[in-house]
Amino acid sequence: MANYSTNEFKGGLKIMLDGEPCNILENEYVKPGKGQAFNRVKIRKLISGKVLEKTFRSGETVEGADVLDTELAYLYSDGEFYHFMNNETFEQIAADEKAVGENVKWLKENDVCTITLWNGTPITVTPPNFVELEITETDPGLKGDTAGTGGKPATLSTGAVVRVPLFVQTGEVIKVDTRSGEYVSRAQK
Amino acid sequence: MNQSWKPTATLANIHARAELLHSIRQFFADREVIEVETPLLSNGTVTDVHLAAFSTQFNYAKDGTDKTLYLQTSPEYAMKRLLCAEVGPCYQIGKAFRHEGEGRWHNPEFTMLEWYRPGFDHHRLMDEMDDLLTLILGVSQAQRKSYQQVFAETLGIDPLTVSIESLQQTLCEQHIDVHGNDVLDKDAMLQLLFSYKIEPIIGQEEPCFVYGFPASQAALAKLSQNDRRVADRFEVYFKGIELANGFNELGDAQEQRRRFDNDIEQRKSLGLPVVESDERFLAALECGLPPCAGVALGVDRLLMLKTGANHIDQVISFPVSRA
Repeated sequence: MANYSTNEFKGGLKIMLDGEPCNILENEYVKPGKGQAFNRVKIRKLISGKVLEKTFRSGETVEGADVLDTELAYLYSDGEFYHFMNNETFEQIAADEKAVGENVKWLKENDVCTITLWNGTPITVTPPNFVELEITETDPGLKGDTAGTGGKPATLSTGAVVRVPLFVQTGEVIKVDTRSGEYVSRAQK
Repeated sequence: MNQSWKPTATLANIHARAELLHSIRQFFADREVIEVETPLLSNGTVTDVHLAAFSTQFNYAKDGTDKTLYLQTSPEYAMKRLLCAEVGPCYQIGKAFRHEGEGRWHNPEFTMLEWYRPGFDHHRLMDEMDDLLTLILGVSQAQRKSYQQVFAETLGIDPLTVSIESLQQTLCEQHIDVHGNDVLDKDAMLQLLFSYKIEPIIGQEEPCFVYGFPASQAALAKLSQNDRRVADRFEVYFKGIELANGFNELGDAQEQRRRFDNDIEQRKSLGLPVVESDERFLAALECGLPPCAGVALGVDRLLMLKTGANHIDQVISFPVSRA
């Protein structure tokens, strides 16, 4: 993998840090009046998800990370691995529990997810921003409540629990924002 | 369609620049400080370890030898040669070039205002700088704090006596995490703490002048009469921007040569390009520099403050990526 000089740093560049692939979020060039130049960089570690700030001496080089985002459709879980397929090549790939993490609760069959591969191995699985899931269990709402103030918890087919307005009932399909975990609307039929 | 022919600055900011340059020239005309010009392309260059000059080849020198010429990083040496020739109070608005990266506050080619006041010390020059900033930016009088004071107030350390170990400790406590295993030198650590923790705090309402930098960061300033640990150097900060750098100018040719030699040794040990001392500048100092104070101010940054721009590209017609 290529090395990158700090001059090439910019948002989105993938580099190796402490043996872990990282994504550069922000890069600022710092040059005190009479002193040496630095790059002040905000970085997300792609495996742990941790965001941290690191200072590099300008001109320093760091190893690039072989990281690739691919769009794959979720197929099924065999209890240990989560299987995805490229809808064009039909190539399949399995991600482990660590890569899926919390996002397991948004995985619905046939939904296209973003799988981040490091050296060909999935390290993170990002579900679509919006998913439509069926409510498997929620308390019956109060009659006449249409404003949806307050709300109530609802369990979805994947096991996720979200707050929904009182008028939404078991068996309905709702649209959820996976980034915030919030109810958006009833699904369009 | 290719849009890269277009200026990155708005027309309003291009006009604001013209107005700013006019105000600066009027300010100095009123004070009988004359405008001078010195070469952008010069035989000599700076020895500063952390400054890199652009260079080019001149193949038509009168003596028939091919020469390396440098684009100036600041007009300081040439203006001091004029001062040694008794030009008197003078200023220059011109381009300066530094071979370094672009950034929010940086373009490798930028506009610098530099002026010299024979008979002034750095405090009197700060007074004049204050007048200029008040006029241009409409701000109230600047605060003045010593380097020691700002470190004591924000980080609780004395920059003049602190050890390398406790500076490392402070960097750690402030979550300043430097990549790599090599330990930074003391000045680099102080500069990082200053950039990350002090600059964003000081000079928010009105500009802040910080004076009395450590002697190790004296550059071309005299050491203080009262405390040899500090140099008569000041910097101006406003809204998180480093705006200007001024000195009570060092006139001692021997001391100046020692500082150059020291820089050159350091350059060699770091594997940086070899440069020579500017002998014409040193010869001028030997002839005698009138006691004076001088300061350099980044005009593009001043214009950013005046127009509220948050990137230098917004005030430069064609930054290096579009030049």
